[in-house]
Amino acid sequence: MRFHHFVLPLAVALVAATPAAAKTIKVEAGGADANEKLQEALIVAEPGDVVELGAGTWSLSDGLSLDVAGVTIRGAGTDEKGSILDFAGQQGAGEGLLVTSDDVFLTNFAVLNTKGDGIKSKGADRIVYHKLRVEWTAGPKETNGAYGIYPVESTDVLVDSVYVRGASDAGIYVGQSKNIVVRDSIAVENVAGIEIENSYDADVHDNIATRNTGGILVFDLPSLPMQGGHNVRVFDNAVADNSTPNFAPKGNIVASVPTGTGVLIMANRNVEVFDNAFDQNGTANVMIVGYRYEHKDPKYQPLPRRIVVRDNAHGKAGYAPAFDGGAQIAAAFGGAIPPVLWDGAGENVIVLDKVGVLSLNLPDVTTPRSEAKPSPADLSKGTPPAALPGIKLPAAMEAKVQ
Amino acid sequence: MKRVFAALAAALLCASGASGVPLPGVNQDVIDSDAMPPKLSAFGLFHAGSPRAPLARIGYTLRTPLFSDYTDKHRYISIPAGKKARVLADGTIEFPVGTVLIKSFGWPDVNEGRPVETRLLIRRASGWVALPYIWDADGKDATLALGGRRVPVRFKSPDGQTHEIRYAVPNKNQCKECHSLNGEIVPIGPKGRNFVLDPPGSEHFQSVYFEDPAALKPTMPQWDDPKSGSVESRARAYLDVNCAHCHNPAGSASNSGLFLRWTDDPTTVNYGIGKRPTAAGRGSGGMDFAIQPGDPDHSFMIYRLESTDPGIAMPEVGRSTVHKEGAALLRQWIAEMPKDAH
Repeated sequence: MRFHHFVLPLAVALVAATPAAAKTIKVEAGGADANEKLQEALIVAEPGDVVELGAGTWSLSDGLSLDVAGVTIRGAGTDEKGSILDFAGQQGAGEGLLVTSDDVFLTNFAVLNTKGDGIKSKGADRIVYHKLRVEWTAGPKETNGAYGIYPVESTDVLVDSVYVRGASDAGIYVGQSKNIVVRDSIAVENVAGIEIENSYDADVHDNIATRNTGGILVFDLPSLPMQGGHNVRVFDNAVADNSTPNFAPKGNIVASVPTGTGVLIMANRNVEVFDNAFDQNGTANVMIVGYRYEHKDPKYQPLPRRIVVRDNAHGKAGYAPAFDGGAQIAAAFGGAIPPVLWDGAGENVIVLDKVGVLSLNLPDVTTPRSEAKPSPADLSKGTPPAALPGIKLPAAMEAKVQ
Repeated sequence: MKRVFAALAAALLCASGASGVPLPGVNQDVIDSDAMPPKLSAFGLFHAGSPRAPLARIGYTLRTPLFSDYTDKHRYISIPAGKKARVLADGTIEFPVGTVLIKSFGWPDVNEGRPVETRLLIRRASGWVALPYIWDADGKDATLALGGRRVPVRFKSPDGQTHEIRYAVPNKNQCKECHSLNGEIVPIGPKGRNFVLDPPGSEHFQSVYFEDPAALKPTMPQWDDPKSGSVESRARAYLDVNCAHCHNPAGSASNSGLFLRWTDDPTTVNYGIGKRPTAAGRGSGGMDFAIQPGDPDHSFMIYRLESTDPGIAMPEVGRSTVHKEGAALLRQWIAEMPKDAH
């Protein structure tokens, strides 16, 4: 009898979750109406369906979009022999591909040269980005789109094994979302390699962030519907040679990121940075700052709080600090500033790495940077908060990438 | 079977408002089904072969319309016989199941003024459904274009300038990008504060289709008529109609934190005053604020409205030309703001 109790509900659940007629809709590049056929496939697909992209290049004049839950878009690869969505001739839409439905799986294709963002998903819970290439192929240019991979306002986000190059804002940007994993990915020659902004509960691990302006950013900004970013772990990443001059359009917050930044934490609480390998970041391997712009948001908390930096490997850093007055400070320190830089604002900022910390001694975020009084600081004495537990995603999401 | 158009036609054609002869046509069964017919004629919403002769005879206009590449829009409503729409407290109009909102787009100097496309917004039991149809070359019927299409057109705008554009007929998903509230499709235009029956019709006619026709009193100004309101109120009406369907806390641009509804406080950061770019990318144009009071040239809201580059332009869909007159109104509004407003 127990047998029946267990099996019957399970069988019912399986039937409900897997539509009887889940099918594969195959679309091919080439042909006069290839673009319309692709978009139509994304519209007529039903939950459980796979839209399979053949090998080849679609030269798209408009953005694509998917609004059906539970659909997989699967390509034949991300290299030049794979499935390439080329937006060089794009005439409309703010992104290349927009996903607005839940439980979507994007895998094994490339999105190139979009005028705005590469792939955006909004309000798309349990989305999985996997084995994708999003690239502006001419490399860093201010005229490139802002974000490469751009999930926003979503719960349960997985970005796994993607490659993003050339974004004029952030290569991988997760905004106003909860329960996030970004792993095993490569971000090259973006302004920000990976950015977690106004989000809760994120693990960023085993990524390579190199030749960006800044490697990995954890930000919180005012006057947005979701703010108070917290519980972010940045670990086991290689963050090296982030030396590309900042090419973000002025006005955007990342335009203020100094060239040569490894990890930058601004106005979050409970952030852990550990077991990363840093090298050749000319401003700093790790930077911890408050939000120092004027704002009128009484609910906003501009200070970094309960930040822990531990067990990281530090190569060369601080030899080309790209902020006002940086060169003079470096000269005063014998040619390079210490690898960890703190503006002096915030509470419980703890650095256990056996490297130097430079404080600008600006605890009040309304004090202008020009009044910095830089000095070495010892941040190893505080009591670290309890370690964060780590992110668990729904098993069905992990199963998609196994 | 009694149909709405019949009663409507009767109301329009007979001065007395007495019943007339039912016309053949509107196929309520198709409207009420889950079908996405490949041909517009399946709905029977138009006289056969005549895109300018709708059978659904409730016509309407909007005090301030959404700009769509200078198209002339013709708007109609088909409401099932015996059912009525009602105006809710917040000004939105609740239409009964079986309603179709019909909007045709064209230019006076393209195809002798025949519409290029007709979009349907159908209220089915499961919710609103958006379907785009493109008129065939012979103008006798229109074909479903779920995936959207670019249609090359050449037209003159009211200032006499000739435009050659690849006009974008939206795909089904793009319909929803604008018509989205909490992820569900909703009508945008017909709100009590902006809605005008055209022709106005008698009180009897109105009461056949609206529970409370007295609530249909448009209060929002007409964006291009200075007699209808101040520059500020007309600018706010323009932003409400052209932007707020996405720029509201439940819309497609909710994450931007920029909210431009008629009911939003126009002095706040969230209305754009001193608001820094969030995810604007190139849309910032190198500027710090969406609205810099007193300085439209350093307000990236203007920069985005005056661009047609997809990485910069706002709105993101539905526009391949710059609405010079609309942008001029917003420029004037920002220029007249006190410089210390933020």
